[in-house]
Amino acid sequence: MTQPLGLPYDDHDGLFAESEEMELNFGPQHPATHGVLRLKLKVNGERIVDSYPIIGYLHRGTEKLFELHPFFQNVPHTDRMDYVAAATNNQAYVGAVEKLVGLVVPPRARYIRMMLAELQRISSHLLWLATHAIDIGAMTPFFYTFREREILLDLFEEYCGARLTLNCMRPGGLPHDLPVGWTERCAKLMADLPGKLDEYEELLTNNRIWKKRTVGIGVLPPEIAIDYGVTGPMLRGSGVRWDLRKALPYDGYDEVEFEVPTGQNGDTYDRYVVRMIEMRQSVRIVNQCLEKLPDGPIMAKRPRVLKAAKDAEIYHGIEGPKGEIGFYIVGDGTPNPYRCHVRPPSFINLQSLPELCKGALIADLVALIGTTDIVLGEVDR
Amino acid sequence: MSDEPVPEKPVKKHEPEDPNKPVWEKDPVAPGWQDGAEDPLAVALKEELGDAIESARSFAGDLTFLVRRDAIARVCAVLKEKHAFTYLVDLCGADYPKREPRFDVVYQLHRFSDQRRIRLRVMTGEATPVPTVCGVWRAANWPEREIWDMFGVRFEGHPDMTRILLWEGFNGFPLRKDFPVEGIDTGSAIYPEYYGEGAGPVAGSGTGWKPPKPPQEPS
Repeated sequence: MTQPLGLPYDDHDGLFAESEEMELNFGPQHPATHGVLRLKLKVNGERIVDSYPIIGYLHRGTEKLFELHPFFQNVPHTDRMDYVAAATNNQAYVGAVEKLVGLVVPPRARYIRMMLAELQRISSHLLWLATHAIDIGAMTPFFYTFREREILLDLFEEYCGARLTLNCMRPGGLPHDLPVGWTERCAKLMADLPGKLDEYEELLTNNRIWKKRTVGIGVLPPEIAIDYGVTGPMLRGSGVRWDLRKALPYDGYDEVEFEVPTGQNGDTYDRYVVRMIEMRQSVRIVNQCLEKLPDGPIMAKRPRVLKAAKDAEIYHGIEGPKGEIGFYIVGDGTPNPYRCHVRPPSFINLQSLPELCKGALIADLVALIGTTDIVLGEVDR
Repeated sequence: MSDEPVPEKPVKKHEPEDPNKPVWEKDPVAPGWQDGAEDPLAVALKEELGDAIESARSFAGDLTFLVRRDAIARVCAVLKEKHAFTYLVDLCGADYPKREPRFDVVYQLHRFSDQRRIRLRVMTGEATPVPTVCGVWRAANWPEREIWDMFGVRFEGHPDMTRILLWEGFNGFPLRKDFPVEGIDTGSAIYPEYYGEGAGPVAGSGTGWKPPKPPQEPS
């Protein structure tokens, strides 16, 4: 049905007139797509009728590369998938290799790993908050979150020399022990961070514009979320209390206390709240790790060359900042994995985007891409 | 040469390991395959599905079922409806070129009630499509497309069986073991005026191949 010209705002909910359906291309070179995501949209006026994501612009064949290198040398490849959360990628990969060859990690290494993973979770969520807010139109949180993220990255740099592509774990343990004074600086940041999180929340949580843009937008019911395999804060935002750190504890997550936040409505605002609370819980975990940090070795006894048994296979998944990141590894008796498949959380979560943005406005699409928290390096691998 | 006797090499005595040593200081013990046919889930599935389940083994605590190819959608539906495996964690392929049939499709399932994980495995060849499980879990849609894209395994009944990470017309399936790591020049996709459908020279190292000169226009 075609509306007469000159009356664009006359439909019943006061937004936009209906017109003929048309196709619209969104991305891949669009700053709000967080990389190189392309969407083919079918729009009616300002409403999205259907959308079709087109991915693969960043495909590098990481899974093929895994097959070419020994188990130890594959850790840096994992950094480059989700490049804003390298520590959790490392953790998932080394966890899978350890399960495959039967290595047991000493407690000090497990605790440092937990700390690094939680710091990484905070830094990933801070980056998400900054970009999500800037997509919706709030510029200030970007400056605030990057201020704290900088200190976090400094901590990583001090530990392993890199800020993003950390390569900070090895099958069997860790490459280095913590540097002198690291724990004190980490403890200081952890003492400051809750106050800083309050600052961000003051800007956004009760902000009328923020709520207008996020409440009720992109509702994902829990059954549909599970059906799509959505994990991480997106699943918890829909009200499913499921976290791999609690469900199938790895490293030392059964020895620390934390809570798993959930949302009620499954909308963009709930997912925001869940991620904000998760950061506070991560601070709690890091504080407990600092308190309990045991002494001892940081590397298990292991052969110089790791070899997986013939036709040994394992799947190991951990809770990354974006959802379940898992590795399926098959061994064939050589030092290289025969097959190494990644279960990337961004890839699977992105699959639910057409469901989220059905009937949404084009302007909300930007908020919805932000709320799925994708990193295209991991989607395309 | 002197007649001095050669001193005997000291024999290295193998000392028994201290049993009180923490487990991370001992040599790693790799897990192995165990028979999983007695597992209650395997018994129940065998009863419900009969010969659709070919074997049940477990490795490091993960139960793995080998499922007959044409029954996979039915097996998945039963697992989801009756045994509450509502979450499809992962779906991926693997290539064993020396084996017949050469491909594996591996499904990882999760049950929320007791946090149980199992694995299903289907063997398939190049010419035999696997029934899709998109009707069981919507999560299977993109991973199945990825398997088609990377291995060339087709899924029967899939709503959108197109390439996902590579472009339509790409010549070859990169995660197959016989695909060169250096990649191939997919000439037909990039220069359709010079190469026919599916043709594309291999640009791997050491083949001595050079791109042909484009046809010259008569001056």
